[in-house]
Amino acid sequence: MRKFNKTLITIFLLTSTQAILSAQTSNQSSGYLFYSLLGVGVLVALGAIITLADNLLKVEASKVGIDVFKKDIGILPSLSNYLTGKKPEFVGENSYHKLTRGYDLKLSGQASGAVEDVRVTRFAVCPTDFRGMSPIPKVVVEVGDTVKAGDALFFDKKNPEVIYTAPVSGEIIEVNRGEKRSIIEVVILADLVQQHKVFSVPSASASRTEITQFLQESGAWALLNQRPYDIVPPIGDIPRDIYISTFDTAPLAPDANVIISGKEVYFQKGLEVLGLLTSGSVHLGLDGRKPESVSSAFTQATGVAKHWFAGKHPAGNVGVQIHHTKPIKSGQNVWTLGVQEVISIGKLFSDGVLDCTRIVALAGSKLSAPKYVRTYVGAQIGELLGGIIKEDGKDSRIISGDVLSGKQKTTNQYLGYKDDQVTVIAEGNEYELFGWLLPIKPRPSISNTFPNFLFPDYKFEGDTNTHGEARAFVVSGQYEEVLPMNIYPQHLMKAILANDFEKMEGLGIQELSEEDIALCEFVCTSKIPLQKILREGLDMVQSQG
Amino acid sequence: MGLLQFIKSIEPDKKKSPVLHTAYDAFFTFAYAPNTVTSGGVHMRDGMDLKRLMVHVVLAMQLCYIFGTYNIGHQHFVAQGQYLGFMDGFNLKLAHGLILMLPIFLVSHIVGLGIEFLWAAKKGHAVEEGFLVSGALIPLIMPPDIPLWILSLAVAFAVIIGKEAFGGTGMNIWNIALLARVFIFFAYPTTISGDLAWVSGYEKLVPGSAVDYGWWHTGFFNSLFSWFDWPMFKETATVVNGYSGATPLTLAYQGGWEQVTAKYSESQMLWGAIPGSIGETNKIFIVLGALFLIITKVASFRIMLSMVLGAIGGTLILNVWGATPFMEVTWYQHFLMGSFLFAMAFMATDPVTASSTNTGKWIYGASIGFIGIIVRVINPAYPEGWMLAILFVNTFAPLIDHYVLEANIKKRLQSA
Repeated sequence: MRKFNKTLITIFLLTSTQAILSAQTSNQSSGYLFYSLLGVGVLVALGAIITLADNLLKVEASKVGIDVFKKDIGILPSLSNYLTGKKPEFVGENSYHKLTRGYDLKLSGQASGAVEDVRVTRFAVCPTDFRGMSPIPKVVVEVGDTVKAGDALFFDKKNPEVIYTAPVSGEIIEVNRGEKRSIIEVVILADLVQQHKVFSVPSASASRTEITQFLQESGAWALLNQRPYDIVPPIGDIPRDIYISTFDTAPLAPDANVIISGKEVYFQKGLEVLGLLTSGSVHLGLDGRKPESVSSAFTQATGVAKHWFAGKHPAGNVGVQIHHTKPIKSGQNVWTLGVQEVISIGKLFSDGVLDCTRIVALAGSKLSAPKYVRTYVGAQIGELLGGIIKEDGKDSRIISGDVLSGKQKTTNQYLGYKDDQVTVIAEGNEYELFGWLLPIKPRPSISNTFPNFLFPDYKFEGDTNTHGEARAFVVSGQYEEVLPMNIYPQHLMKAILANDFEKMEGLGIQELSEEDIALCEFVCTSKIPLQKILREGLDMVQSQG
Repeated sequence: MGLLQFIKSIEPDKKKSPVLHTAYDAFFTFAYAPNTVTSGGVHMRDGMDLKRLMVHVVLAMQLCYIFGTYNIGHQHFVAQGQYLGFMDGFNLKLAHGLILMLPIFLVSHIVGLGIEFLWAAKKGHAVEEGFLVSGALIPLIMPPDIPLWILSLAVAFAVIIGKEAFGGTGMNIWNIALLARVFIFFAYPTTISGDLAWVSGYEKLVPGSAVDYGWWHTGFFNSLFSWFDWPMFKETATVVNGYSGATPLTLAYQGGWEQVTAKYSESQMLWGAIPGSIGETNKIFIVLGALFLIITKVASFRIMLSMVLGAIGGTLILNVWGATPFMEVTWYQHFLMGSFLFAMAFMATDPVTASSTNTGKWIYGASIGFIGIIVRVINPAYPEGWMLAILFVNTFAPLIDHYVLEANIKKRLQSA
């Protein structure tokens, strides 16, 4: 009825304005005015009737349980049907998402060539890699003990069912403590020949409880990641869906085809196991930028929903993929995994051993020979790099992960639990004369005030200089330009800074993780630490339940 | 790096002299990009920062600055009936322009930046770059004869009440440059409105009125020009008979487009050799500046485009109404007159005071265009509307954003 009232009011207003106007204007133009206003009035009335009918149809449709946002219900054809064009042929039955926003940060030092085996002696599992774990977990081994891969190392006292196990076999040589006696590293000196604890795999007809118990006991539960908040999933939670992105668009990220080659069977097995754990389905994000070269392990995977994503970074981020297929609402949770974690789970259920082999890309402009190496979870970074850092007089920044959302490490520290990349770039701790106005060295930027847009394929060396000082929010719209999600990052950040919970949730904080917002932080003219702010917001929302 | 070490060695102590240290820090970071590195979060940052952003807006105005300065002199001599060709009497026109322009530029910067420096020192943060743009914009939107004390008051008002009171750069609600202008507009209206304000260097702008030259004209520049045997300023010059300094908008208000073209040709208005605020007369250079801002993505094309569309929409409605000759002026004629293009390129696009959502920007720009045209045509007191329209819509920009965000929130909740 509201629509009808509106129409009536509009018509009334139009006629009355016409009356007023015609009183003032000359006779000549009042005729035109009358007819044009009448025309507008008729159009508005027609529009109102059509919208009303359309809405009534939608109301009826939702009453009988049809999802009106997915299906094209109503008498008005959906505009997006005409605008989005046809799906490419390779997509077939799967969904296809072309993402126009984003930015590929092109850096030099991409890892290439065959995967090399490196000899790393020290490995560590760091409780700090698992968000939300209490600072002093219960360590069940002592220095001097020998462990096999898959033996328990520690567990969180809040959550004792989830056991964190050794990725390699060897001798426990250190349990390092940080501030307030918190445990930061449990270090294993690895055996030359690896030994694995052999588990008895649940039978094919095992219940979900048996499977989850097996995952918890073997330590594979820690490979799962729950969104929102990016935590190890609490016991008893059943995820709405499980998402796996099979490609990484982050700068210098490893090529998924290198990772998967030779392990296709385990990957498929892993997908089958994961399919039993969710009430929804397992979703696979496929690389739509170069569909012909995507490994058949991904394109031919069975029992999963496949989605193609074509676009710049962060199209490969699982958060973006979830947003475009089935966004996370508040109260829902989904699990996400990387390809290598799925392979580990597949191998656990095939062979009964926890195989934490990881293929890691060593990349970045500060490395003399960027390459792929085969190692295990938690390898010591110094040994992993093994002297390939260039000695050019500049300090190096070693990052476990990519330059956008990785963690800074020293050579004595260890690869992050879920990282498959180590990036080394130069520190930018130098003053630069008029560096803000006339930069001497090329630097990556989305701004067209740099000549970068003329050289789209240039690969930057890049350094860690902030290129300016922190300021208040000034520029608007630049975050949206690199975030292919229907989210307003700047306003979300302001809501977080203002502790406005309702607005945070309304603006979709539960859909985001640091890696999704990292590119926004990169482009920020005001140099605002967005990832830090987002995490504070996520912590607040999490603690409020 | 000897220079760097020398500059570092003269750094004042932060505790003993905070104001000096703040000033030093501002100039030092201007000369040298700091050596700070990323920590936590991203490890690599985009090369763009606020200084670079602001300086590109200032760069975009440079053509307007050069032309505006010269045009001050040109209009002065047109009123005398001397040197009517645009390039005739080049040295005199440029000298007269500089004599008026440089003090305006310096005063606006010294007052504005001075307040910024003091405030930054008091609050203990770095000097923020916002005033780089405001300070460059203010001279361009002033009449050439503006008394400097009024200008100082206006700048101080805009910076203190308009910006610092709200928390500094990035926090203000209204456009700082326009706030300075609107202050003068309401507090000292005779200096900034009417036909008499836009031509400089006379006691009164009536035929027979004598020029008002100072030492710089007769002392400094005349002795300089006599060296080179160039034309000199004449103290006996008067306003020529039959001269009127009416701007196109005043004429349009009186008698529509016909009355405008009786005095100014279209190409004159396009190239800007007409009386007006210092920087807004040359439409070509403003459009070049706007294109520069759009190509470098410094300013939002959404705001500019929607403002053009809004203004066209407003004009079309007024054309249909057609009650006065001014209402019958078509949209492209409106674009040639007054400061529409300048407001579009440099004023409405201020990212702090505009809507911050992309959808909001379309609404924001279109509202300015629409309201501005209505004010320009219908306001009986003052035939120009952009300053008031922009400040008015600035006020509503957060409200526009609010509804855009509410729509986003609602959509998220609905599809749950």
